[in-house]
Amino acid sequence: MAYSEKVIDHYQNPKNVGTLDKSAKNVGTGLVGAPECGDVMRLQIQVDDAGVITDAKFKTFGCGSAIASSSLATEWLKGKSVDEALKIDNMAIVEELNLPPVKIHCSVLAEDAIKSAINDYRVKNGLEEIKFAESVVH
Amino acid sequence: MLKLPIYLDNNATTPMDPRVLEAMTPYFLEHYGNAASRNHPFGWEAEEAVDYAREQVAKLIGADPKEIIFTSGATESDNLAIKGVYEMYASKGNHIITVTTEHKAVLDTCKHIEKIGGEVTYLEVNAEGLIDLKELEAAIKPTTILIAIMYANNEIGVVMPIKEISAIARKHGVLLFTDGTQAVGKIPVDVNKDGIDLMAFSAHKMYGPKGVGALYVRRKNPRVKVTAQMDGGGHERGMRSGTLNVPGIVGFGKACELCRLDMEEDTKRISKLRDHLETELLKLEEAYVNGSREHRLPHVTNISFKYVEGEGLLMGFNKNIALSSGSACTSASLEPSYVLKALGLGDDLAHSSLRFGLGRFTTEEQIEYTIKAISETVLKLREMSPLWEMYKEGIDLNTIEWAAH
Repeated sequence: MAYSEKVIDHYQNPKNVGTLDKSAKNVGTGLVGAPECGDVMRLQIQVDDAGVITDAKFKTFGCGSAIASSSLATEWLKGKSVDEALKIDNMAIVEELNLPPVKIHCSVLAEDAIKSAINDYRVKNGLEEIKFAESVVH
Repeated sequence: MLKLPIYLDNNATTPMDPRVLEAMTPYFLEHYGNAASRNHPFGWEAEEAVDYAREQVAKLIGADPKEIIFTSGATESDNLAIKGVYEMYASKGNHIITVTTEHKAVLDTCKHIEKIGGEVTYLEVNAEGLIDLKELEAAIKPTTILIAIMYANNEIGVVMPIKEISAIARKHGVLLFTDGTQAVGKIPVDVNKDGIDLMAFSAHKMYGPKGVGALYVRRKNPRVKVTAQMDGGGHERGMRSGTLNVPGIVGFGKACELCRLDMEEDTKRISKLRDHLETELLKLEEAYVNGSREHRLPHVTNISFKYVEGEGLLMGFNKNIALSSGSACTSASLEPSYVLKALGLGDDLAHSSLRFGLGRFTTEEQIEYTIKAISETVLKLREMSPLWEMYKEGIDLNTIEWAAH
């Protein structure tokens, strides 16, 4: 299977690989996937007092599409408010990266990681956890 | 100058040896006769070429030329052997014994046998990829007609104790079929010394053309028969009808002859390269060889690089190095390699594996390049891997509640 140029670019030059202090109150961490399934994503956001995401980092165990999906997600998150970030849809990632059908689950995982990081941040800051509908794929 | 890409997927298929192509060429353009045409020189030439190739093929495995049935490849031979024995020996019984790590051509044929009323026992393997001979013997029943166990495994290269297996089969009067696809031409295989009754093998795994293979069917002690699965003109002693693929068969014969003559030298050279590759890659932390290293083909190694995923790993260099992975992502199914799982590997390790298949045309320079490219990619991806970070922090990954999906 051939990868799209965008996937290859993110794989070769991933944006925002790294780790934020997960114990910090203004950092939300999402860890999704499972080693048995061949992909695990950890996505972190750092939020300022105005509710804007000032930094985002990821680490991913997975195929090139999973790495690219998380790299792209961190790029999109930076500068967005938490509420805007909630609107990031996996299909936008599919479109941007030209993911083939067998790789859609990578984008779903990235969306899950964003939501999970946001919830972690919310809980840490005394806000209610948002209940999301179960993702369809997987 | 190193030419890219490098081919290290010789278990999937091998490049054709130019000497094989040279032998085949005249049979496309000049000697294009049908080997079954009895009344003119074109037919005679074709028949003669096929007879000669049959001798070359037989000689490689210590068989009589009359015991070689030409087919379209190992998958067909696997089907013909298992279904053919099942039908032919129906009055004797309906039970077949095989192993969970067999190739799909054997496993799916056995599933078919179950569907049509047969009974199949699937033996498990240990962490080395080898079966327990006591378990094999215990599985034999009065209705057992066939033991189907591969000579060497396609994913991990582990070589089964065929002599010991055949001794057990003989003792109980059960036929032994072996899928020799990965072994024949690579290591010495002798149907008499090994006590094999039927064996499938293929030309394209030994520097011959694709689309041609053989089934060895023993004619003496005991005389084995299989029911044809392809009906028609009664070619190949009635066991496999269909016009013979003369150029392919000629190439197959030549490939067998070259393997017989070059095997010792090839093996010495290739196994040295394989060992070097393995030693260097195992210098990486948390890298493990899958399957027995003692009972193994000389040109194969299968290595898991923990905490990086196989397809992601391949992507780091697959423009330049052709390899395959046991990871699910490389195939249509989402399950990682069933062979690696049968060894008891966790899904995570199975997902992290690469299979290296070296060959006659692999060079030292290629291996040096491969060691460097893979080592660099593994290190780069581990920097990106949350699992690696956790491992380094001393977190036991098994204690984490993963959101399985």
